Amino acid sequence: MEPVTTNSALFYDRLQFAVTATFHYLFPQLTMGLAALILYLKSRAYWCRDTHHEEAAHFWTKIFALSFAFGVVTGIPLEFQFGMNWAKFSRFAGGVIGQTLAMEGLFAFFLESTFLGILLYGRKMFSPFVLWLTTLMLFVGSWLSGYFIIATNAWMQHPVAYVVDPDGSVHVTSLWGLLTNPWIVWQYAHTMTAAVVTGSFVMAAVGAYYLLSGIHYEAATTFLRTGVVAGAIATSLMLFPTGHHAALQVFEHQPVKGAAFEGHFYTEAGADLVLMGQPNMDTLTIDNPLVLPKMLSFIIHKHFGAEIKGLTDFPRAEWPDTMPLLYYTYHVMVGLGTIFIPVMVTALVWMLRGRLFQARWLLWTLMLMAPFPYIATTAGWLTAELGRQPWLVYGLFRTAEGNSPLVGSGNVLFTLMGYLGLYLLLGLLFLFLFFEIVSRGPAVTGGLRSSSEPTG
Amino acid sequence: MSIETLWFAIIAFMFIGYAVLDGFDFGVGALYLFVARTDEERRLVMKAIGPVWKGNEVWLVSGGGLLFLAFPKAFSAAFSGFYLALTLVLWCLIMRGLAIGLRSHLENVLWRTFWDAIFGVTGVLLAFVFGVALGNLVRGVPLGPDGYFFAAFWTTFLPDASPGILDWFTVLMGMLSVAMLTVHGANYLLMKTSGTVSDRARRFAGIGGWVVLVLGIAATASLPFIQPVLWESYAAHPFGAALPVIAAGLLVTAWFGRRAQRDGLVFVSWSLFMLIGLASLAWGLFPHLLIATGDPSYSLTVFTSAASSYGLQISLVWFSAGMTMVIAYTGWVYARFWGKVEQLALEEYS
Ligand code: HEM
Repeated sequence: MEPVTTNSALFYDRLQFAVTATFHYLFPQLTMGLAALILYLKSRAYWCRDTHHEEAAHFWTKIFALSFAFGVVTGIPLEFQFGMNWAKFSRFAGGVIGQTLAMEGLFAFFLESTFLGILLYGRKMFSPFVLWLTTLMLFVGSWLSGYFIIATNAWMQHPVAYVVDPDGSVHVTSLWGLLTNPWIVWQYAHTMTAAVVTGSFVMAAVGAYYLLSGIHYEAATTFLRTGVVAGAIATSLMLFPTGHHAALQVFEHQPVKGAAFEGHFYTEAGADLVLMGQPNMDTLTIDNPLVLPKMLSFIIHKHFGAEIKGLTDFPRAEWPDTMPLLYYTYHVMVGLGTIFIPVMVTALVWMLRGRLFQARWLLWTLMLMAPFPYIATTAGWLTAELGRQPWLVYGLFRTAEGNSPLVGSGNVLFTLMGYLGLYLLLGLLFLFLFFEIVSRGPAVTGGLRSSSEPTG
Repeated sequence: MSIETLWFAIIAFMFIGYAVLDGFDFGVGALYLFVARTDEERRLVMKAIGPVWKGNEVWLVSGGGLLFLAFPKAFSAAFSGFYLALTLVLWCLIMRGLAIGLRSHLENVLWRTFWDAIFGVTGVLLAFVFGVALGNLVRGVPLGPDGYFFAAFWTTFLPDASPGILDWFTVLMGMLSVAMLTVHGANYLLMKTSGTVSDRARRFAGIGGWVVLVLGIAATASLPFIQPVLWESYAAHPFGAALPVIAAGLLVTAWFGRRAQRDGLVFVSWSLFMLIGLASLAWGLFPHLLIATGDPSYSLTVFTSAASSYGLQISLVWFSAGMTMVIAYTGWVYARFWGKVEQLALEEYS
């Protein structure tokens, strides 16, 4: 295996993909989550003829559109990078993942982009029913897009329905098999629920901000109600069943990944669950460990004495090459997930008892929590992808063999620096515009400030 | 017709569709700073493309995806080989998308001026780079025996055996593309707007037409020297010669339409002219996806780079279904937004 040094093209290829994919995914997680919540608001507005929910939907559509715009522009580089930076991988796997990626374009991107045009420009030209249908199409489009991406990633985690050609490349043998890869089920459920977590935390946070500032009372309570109910359900689903089953399938099919992200070095019966501590890669132990005795065995095998294979049972060349980082990303995700549940459930209980809107400490908490689902989601993706190393396609094709043979490190470093600069700018721009929309508020004169807005 | 040939046609259709559809967005961008001077005029122009440009861009993304699916070897060779040029395209697409989406977001004059400039500059650059890219496909690229190449931005500026992305021929193609799409954008604005904006667009369309004619003749005349493969294909399948003839006919139609000020007719015939013109190039290049400038046996054709026949067949099924839907709802949206912007109750959503 080519050593990963800071002078190799492979290193920059990996870093560039990590940077661009991580940054990109900050936007779709919000758009996919909001698409579901906006569909709810819009449906109440349309079917119950409720102007109040119409205004709420309108406000969140603005945030949706903003996040969507950033998601689209940062998404195109990802598809291109398959060919640009990962030419050998693309040649190897195009016969399989070309299917799902092209389907995403044809079935999801066209739908989203075309219907977004209607929503953004046609509010006075189309009937309320068409506008409701448009919201539905945006939801369908964005969740389909998520599905095709997960199907692609699931194949890289757990390749199915392929045959290897004499020239070494792989080809799909059953499209149905590819689209119903068993890995998709929990990965899709976990990822899409995570998107709802992000959407609901952001919605609740804006509501909390308005209440704490004493403005937009009516809208704020709607945002909070919607965000807290959706958030309480979604955060619980993150742990069980989706997160739990994601972990089970990792331990079944990718035991090295599981051992690495749990920080489990030695095979033993009755393995402890490491809650905190720092992996020490010299002694292969955890420093400052805080553990739940025998819990890992119980979670994975429902039996406290069960044996769990440790990292040292696998050849070192099979270990994820960023093992400590992988350990941290996993623990950050699960740690945050474990905090999210009590926060949202408390908010729900307070809401049901009619005290949420006066409980300033709880509103403060909800407001300040908004960035954390982003961190948990990013950490989750890092876990899945770092844990997949050293494989690009699990068990089939190594990352070190996948990058473009003729694109030198100088060129990749050049573009990487460009992306870093550009994305720093984009990130600041997004935050600025987000706060600008929030501070304008969900007033009736929302959209075009000059024209009065039709309500209902 | 073999399935590989069919997929060649589909992918050509996607990229040509992209050129015609997003092409007028680029053209509008190139003209933007000149035909729309006041903020009101600029908002008008933005509204003319606002509801449709994002969908137009998807033709590129989907075309890329389908190329990946059908001809993985050609996809990986071309995308890694044109690494630098594609990075430029990506950064321009990012900035253009933000410019259209964000310029009317704030009332601030400097904010709007900044994004207006970005929209104008990226429109010209993208039109140019895509023209250059087409020039590269026609001229050929320095493919090696392993099926990869890496093209520097420039070497000697000559279309020889180790060419760069830019040489006199590809630059000529780039300029032709800018001129062609500027006229296309002007035609679109003539159809979608009235008043000062369309008066100015008419002047640009008039001059632009002559520029296209001059550059187009120069480019066509250099083709036989640049790429003999084209003539071999036409010699092998002579009925394809109908394509350039039709394209010329459409050009004449556009010219008469312009004189009669029938803006709809001009837009349609110019669009078809680009479509058929590009199709005639594709006809000449078939079955090549990438032509090697060195040893001809290194060239990648549809037969040497195709995915498995099962993959190509099954995707044909969903592609037909998907494309039918896309054309149906895209057509519906275009129809609903048809007509002069001033007469539509369009609303900016910022
Ligand atoms: C609360 C307990 C949680 C558990 C037990 C859990 C478990 C897991 C596991 C095992 C993976 C890796 C799957 C693989 O490698 O293929 C994963 C991935 C992921 N997690 Fe979590 N997770 C939890 C909470 C969260 C939270 C709160 C979020 C975000 C809001 C989140 C977002 C993600 C994402 C985006 C991925 C990558 C996609 C995937 O592979 O599913 N997770 N999670």
